[in-house]
Amino acid sequence: MTIHAGIFPRELEDEAIYIFREVAAQFEKPVLLFSGGKDSITLVRLAQKAFYPAKIPFPLLHVDTGHNFEETIKFRDELVAELGLELIVRYVQDSIDQQKVTEETGKYASRNVLQTVTLLDAIEEFGFDACIGGARRDEEKARAKERIFSVRNDFGQWDSKKQRPELFDMLNGRINLGENVRVFPISNWIELDVWNYIKEEKLAIPSIYYAHERETFERDGQLLPFSSFINITEDETITTRTVRFRTVGDMTCTAAVESEAVEIDHIIEEILSATVSERGARIDDKRSEAAMEKRKQTGYF
Amino acid sequence: MDVLKIATAGSVDDGKSTLIGRLLFETNSITTDKLQAIEASSKKKGLDYIDLSLLTDGLIAEREQGITIDVAHIYFSTPTRKFIIADTPGHFEYTRNMVTGASNANVSMILVDARNGVVEQTFRHFYISCLLRIPNVVVCINKMDLVGYSQTAFEEIQTKFMAFAEKVKFEGQQISFIPVSSLYGENLTASSVSMPWYTGAPLLSLLEEVTIDEQLPDEESRFPVQYVVRPKSEEFHDYRAYAGKVASGLLRKGERVVVLPSGQETTIAKIEKFGREIEAAQAKESVSILLEDDVDISRGDMIVPFAQLPKQGRQLDATICWMDKKPLRVGGTYLVQHGVNISKAKISALTNLIDVVTLEANDTISALQLNEIADVQLKTAKEIFYDSFADNKANGSFIVIDEQTNATVGVGLIK
Repeated sequence: MTIHAGIFPRELEDEAIYIFREVAAQFEKPVLLFSGGKDSITLVRLAQKAFYPAKIPFPLLHVDTGHNFEETIKFRDELVAELGLELIVRYVQDSIDQQKVTEETGKYASRNVLQTVTLLDAIEEFGFDACIGGARRDEEKARAKERIFSVRNDFGQWDSKKQRPELFDMLNGRINLGENVRVFPISNWIELDVWNYIKEEKLAIPSIYYAHERETFERDGQLLPFSSFINITEDETITTRTVRFRTVGDMTCTAAVESEAVEIDHIIEEILSATVSERGARIDDKRSEAAMEKRKQTGYF
Repeated sequence: MDVLKIATAGSVDDGKSTLIGRLLFETNSITTDKLQAIEASSKKKGLDYIDLSLLTDGLIAEREQGITIDVAHIYFSTPTRKFIIADTPGHFEYTRNMVTGASNANVSMILVDARNGVVEQTFRHFYISCLLRIPNVVVCINKMDLVGYSQTAFEEIQTKFMAFAEKVKFEGQQISFIPVSSLYGENLTASSVSMPWYTGAPLLSLLEEVTIDEQLPDEESRFPVQYVVRPKSEEFHDYRAYAGKVASGLLRKGERVVVLPSGQETTIAKIEKFGREIEAAQAKESVSILLEDDVDISRGDMIVPFAQLPKQGRQLDATICWMDKKPLRVGGTYLVQHGVNISKAKISALTNLIDVVTLEANDTISALQLNEIADVQLKTAKEIFYDSFADNKANGSFIVIDEQTNATVGVGLIK
């Protein structure tokens, strides 16, 4: 049996807009965590819809690892300018310079884990009480257990055993001083829903989601983008291939897939026939079986 | 494309995880990397088969103990429908998680091991399905291969289940029984050749065909105001809209409405969705409503059609399920969140503590412990505009919040 592309279930949009409005009503200082990836682009559109014709009543926060795809940063700046949004950027490099974190070394060095510290510092600096993120429950097994309003203690930690029950559509965002809530409006969307939504809403996305030529090398059965941020070993050879990215993270931990997809319909077809999941292209999840749950316990989103 | 929400519950041994795993597998919803990951974990645990429960038991503690503790959400689609399974634990200690997972369900899927027949957990799960008024219950009698695909065994379980069900089911609730074998994939996505005596549809067809009838036919319209949109920009200088999700019923442009609690009457001037005008908004739609007159409205107020007033008052009678280690006590004060409206409340009486297996009631109680279900009477500080849960789910339920910890400690279903 094959899955058909189908159409986007509008009920999911209504639910997400409801969640956005609850955030604006229940919290003093919300912020939208924006990475420039397709999920956070979807969040921006939903936020626009929730408050239209008023502006989105909170800023975007980008935790910049410094290891970005330049296409994503260009896209981010254009989107912010076009919609007149407020953008806050905090840099992992600053956390390194302040000696709060130490850069990883070796072949697998990545700043993915380090960004948690930068995020927690930004939350404290601005006093954010709600951080809206584009995580989805279908992405990963620990995320499948997340609530829509996920309370974090004053160290930003997630305690899976102390989750608040969420009943019907009632969201309880009351917190104690110092705590914050991570909010996931597209919890119930799957990867395909996001793509169908981007298609139906005609949303612009960074060019790296489409097939393009890039210098890549093979590692552990995956294609990694070559960049000055990554340490490659002698036996790894760089080859130019036609690839695209299914997910956008750090350049050091996001694998590419060989693809000829230059239109959104091609992308959707590709996802329908894919035998590997979206997070299968994220090296950061492969560190251990419980990599995501462990990162969440320390404040990752 | 519509979305069907299914709640399942069960224990480790009834084959629930295998059944869900099978559904995912046969609808092409498991990817190779996820399958490889659980294959590796199964080996690490010393198993000689792929333990599909590892797909859904996502927490370290769950995999350690081999049980489901918290609700996991699982997604799959067929050409006609998107399905969301809330996979919940079946043990008594996790009743609150079962209630959480089932609160939004259209279908409750109950698993019974054909060798053991109905057990305590079967009753508990069915009782909660009735309490939450889930319109469709599908009882999967699993492991039919281990009882020789016996029609008699199937029918005996069905009879015993119905004997209990007749006492608690509500009018209009549909109960179906399917004999399955998750291990061999029988009666899941295709009809079984081993059980020609079963002439009903296989599970997946049944789930594809169930009517998603959340809207009761005579349900009245309720629009709780969630957020007031005031752009204060030059272009939209005098714009003022009331944003929210229609809780129930249908609201139309031009309709005469009443705003509660003020009781002021006005007319719906416009209904908008992202600047686009629509003629009517139905239940679950997130919209913005603009009114003809300047009325004082804030979050928590409710807009209802002129001739469809809800009940109103400061005293609520409800069935409550307690979800906190610290017991609920008569005389205690809490916050009650009814939709998006919050009020202080005091517990004035507690009666009818139900044993969900024997259905025995105990009236002499002064406290309600974690996972217990009883009737409660409470007084609210603010006036509440409500319906009974049986008439209107969205406007007939509330959560209880502990003011000290801010945790959600209970759920109430208004009588």
